[in-house]
Amino acid sequence: MSAATEAIIAALIIVGALFALLGSVGLARLPDFLMRLHGPTKATTMGVGATLLASAIFFSLQDSEGISLHELAPLFFLFITAPVTAHLLAKAALHRQSSGRNSGQPAQTGEQEPGPH
Amino acid sequence: MMRAILPHPRLSLMVFLLWAVITNAASLGVLVLGAVLAIVIPLLTHDFWPDPPPLVRPWRALRFMGLFGLDIVTANWRVARQIIGPLHRLSPAFVEVPLDLRDPFIATLLGSIVSLTPGTVSIDVDQQRWVLLVHALDAPNPEALISEIKERYEQALKEMFAC
Repeated sequence: MSAATEAIIAALIIVGALFALLGSVGLARLPDFLMRLHGPTKATTMGVGATLLASAIFFSLQDSEGISLHELAPLFFLFITAPVTAHLLAKAALHRQSSGRNSGQPAQTGEQEPGPH
Repeated sequence: MMRAILPHPRLSLMVFLLWAVITNAASLGVLVLGAVLAIVIPLLTHDFWPDPPPLVRPWRALRFMGLFGLDIVTANWRVARQIIGPLHRLSPAFVEVPLDLRDPFIATLLGSIVSLTPGTVSIDVDQQRWVLLVHALDAPNPEALISEIKERYEQALKEMFAC
């Protein structure tokens, strides 16, 4: 494995880790529930995607067993399941909001200013 | 006859490919087991599957997946900056995207695509009015977001599936 490919793999791992971290930072920093939902969606797409790509390149080049493709499977499953999770969480949040004390319409809750964090 | 064994050829192909990818080996026994799974699983889960419209432009679909990948990367950078930056500048909004397509499966696909692109989460597809309810992290101009979703994704999906 040449130094160049090692550098690419290292860069991909760092990018993946960075985006996973940013997803968590978003989860902690953003002021309301629906905005917080946006943090984890990035962590799954970019963070996991870059890490798995690095893994696929590394194991493809490491030994002579041919290209390594099973990293594609978790990526595929995540891409299928992540929207379902986000969808259900968002629906649950809206349901609680409309049956709770502050029974606002979805259109109204979107207008509210993000408060101080 | 073919229809009786493989009621969902695309699903069968998907199961087979996934099996090959997971096992990461190409020996005959593994592939035979994969073929058995590709026949049995769609038969067992037959009742759960809607009949999606046929994919008429596979090459368009491949190009679309490439475009979608690039969109994910660019949207990630944008949302990353928004998360680190000052939060009071964000204007989160609920946006109702009126849909032209009329197929539940394709609408679900569109909703998943919108959710996977950072910065937008699809919340509901209203099948009475055919409206996709989207929550955006930062949408100072909802009209722009609506036309972006419609032109970039819905139009492409409609062309691919001919619906």
